Amino acid sequence: MKFSGGVHPAYHKDTAGLQIEAMPLLHRYVVPIAQHLGAPGKVLVAKGDRVARWQPLSEPVGFVSVPVHAPTSGTVKQVAALPHPLGRPMLAVEIESDGEDRPWEGLAPPADWRRLESAELRRAIQAAGVVGMGGATFPTHVKLSPPAEKKVDLLILNGAECEPYLTADHRVMLEQAAEVMEGLGLMMRVLGVTRACVGIESNKPDALEALRRACPPDVAAEFTLLETKYPQGSEKHLIYALCGRRVPPGGLPMDVGCVVQNVGTAVACLEAVRDGLPMTERVATVTGAAINVPHNLRVRVGAPLLDVLAHCGGVTPDVGKVIFGGPMMGIGQFDMDVPLIKGTSGVLCLRDDEAARFEGGPCIRCGACVDACPMGLVPSAMGLIAERFRFEELGDWHVLDCIECGSCAYVCPSRRPLVQHFKRGKAEWREILDGRRAKAEREAERQSAAAKA
Amino acid sequence: MLVPTVVLSGIGLLSGLGLALAARAFAVETDPRQDRITEALPGANCGGCGFAGCGDFAGAVVRGDATPDGCPVCDQETRRLVASIVGLTVQDRAPQVALILCQGGDDVAAKKYRYNGLASCASAALLGGGDKACGAGCLGLGDCQRACAFGAVEMMPSGVARIIPARCTACGQCVAACPKDLIKLVPAEATIHVLCSNHDRGPAAKKACAVACLGCKKCEKSFAEDPRIKVADFLAYIDYEHVPDDPALAALCPTGSLVYRGAAAPAAERTSS
Repeated sequence: MKFSGGVHPAYHKDTAGLQIEAMPLLHRYVVPIAQHLGAPGKVLVAKGDRVARWQPLSEPVGFVSVPVHAPTSGTVKQVAALPHPLGRPMLAVEIESDGEDRPWEGLAPPADWRRLESAELRRAIQAAGVVGMGGATFPTHVKLSPPAEKKVDLLILNGAECEPYLTADHRVMLEQAAEVMEGLGLMMRVLGVTRACVGIESNKPDALEALRRACPPDVAAEFTLLETKYPQGSEKHLIYALCGRRVPPGGLPMDVGCVVQNVGTAVACLEAVRDGLPMTERVATVTGAAINVPHNLRVRVGAPLLDVLAHCGGVTPDVGKVIFGGPMMGIGQFDMDVPLIKGTSGVLCLRDDEAARFEGGPCIRCGACVDACPMGLVPSAMGLIAERFRFEELGDWHVLDCIECGSCAYVCPSRRPLVQHFKRGKAEWREILDGRRAKAEREAERQSAAAKA
Repeated sequence: MLVPTVVLSGIGLLSGLGLALAARAFAVETDPRQDRITEALPGANCGGCGFAGCGDFAGAVVRGDATPDGCPVCDQETRRLVASIVGLTVQDRAPQVALILCQGGDDVAAKKYRYNGLASCASAALLGGGDKACGAGCLGLGDCQRACAFGAVEMMPSGVARIIPARCTACGQCVAACPKDLIKLVPAEATIHVLCSNHDRGPAAKKACAVACLGCKKCEKSFAEDPRIKVADFLAYIDYEHVPDDPALAALCPTGSLVYRGAAAPAAERTSS
């Protein structure tokens, strides 16, 4: 099934043929404590401590929280607010490597996922700090713990990789196909589902073939080649494309019986259980016209951007913009000292002339954004409202359904900063809703007090 | 000529009579005190009281949902009048004025990236806290100016906002509008201010902005035993009730983040009335 809307940007998957290469050990890593959506963990180490590879640096506080682990052995130089890819300094542990890469003695013993109960598997996944590797970094064990009233019958493996330039998932599917499928089986066991769908965009038929061949006999997976269209990898659109179910507005995939997981996450879950290894590395694509030697890199979490760029031959003199993630939804970076984190699927280096800086013009009501919006919203109207700061009207236009994919801004002939408007608009509308809720609660309290009196 | 005149006047008279009767029959009963309070209030409908406008606030006072001194804009006389209408008394309150605790314009403060999005501070602040290298700096896109119903905020050419004290009514709308929490209401007669909100250590603060408070404590140490200016977390704080009206104090500050805005200052810089 095809979802309506979406766009066809130039794909630039130039690195699809490059084998994953392990990045050599660096002498310095900066590991932010907050690399996931949810409560940041509690720091377990202090300045001067010796740490080993895979040793936990923080412990989760609460359910929606995961630990982070040391990417190598060495000494803790400082625990302080350091540059973070999200733009403002955040608490991080800086480790000076001792070059030994000594593993931690406290690692969980290797186990067979086919023999473990789902609660044990979930615990192992949380302890290993596994988060969604598509970029949203939501803790995986939470997604694998649907409440009892939500019956999940389908696990979807997301290999769409619809963002232009990025090829990390593509390479993982080709080179670690067996692990991806084992990981899928593991997650099916956690959820207790018997059916799984694998969705891959039609520009990666080799990846689909590799996964099909590697599929173990006891993992019941269906394979579908999807239309190559952005944002095919968005959860809601992937679900619709694969099984025709529509996630209700404001709802989650589990409301329609689905859970979606990225292929990299499947590998991380398997490594957490099969090898007892926490998530301390990921595959990231370093690409773009402004990087000298593009790579698909297996990079340890916490590697400073400058070192990663240097390993790829450095940037060309005409570099204009460095983005974490893809060009559609990635975050531009201004500090070359930020580390690559669990959610960094790629580093995109654009030339100055590619990184055009638009001056947004007035809306000409052409409706191109309405055709492009995969959520069926009316970006033109919402943009005009947000521009005039009339945020209380945005609720009527379902601004919270916006997935910030950027299709509207991509097609806008007037180059309007629509996604920025909606990010602001969503924040303001949520605040308005909170205010109304608080007011209603106060009112109810007063009435009950008056009734008592 | 006569017929249309009579017919039209007749229709007019009949409609008028209908309206007059309807006004009597469907009259909305309001507390007369509410109208008197509304009349006494400034009528700017600025929202500084937290209600939808002056009329709404007056209704709230009559119902007892708001205190008579809830209007931050009106003077002491008006507050007393409002209180007397509902038979209450109010405490005297020192007049206040808004103050922007940042003077880091583009000439002195570094930027960390080029921002070319929507010209609104709150939008810019969503992108890593804004483009100022100082995490606490004024973004200069005028959210406070738009929020002010009295035209009391001016945007300086250097890209930082400034309050015009003569126009400021201390309604607090700019305080709520600033996404960086840089605006505070201070006593109107205060003359010494710390115009900085940066809590970074000295070297980091200095790197980001030439007029940042470094937390050097020169101002704190100038008081022998009982400091009226205290440095906490690398930022100086003023005890507005007790700090002396002394231009020499501001001269101690190595970066100029401690400023004198009293009677002896040039007219354009004064904040005290």
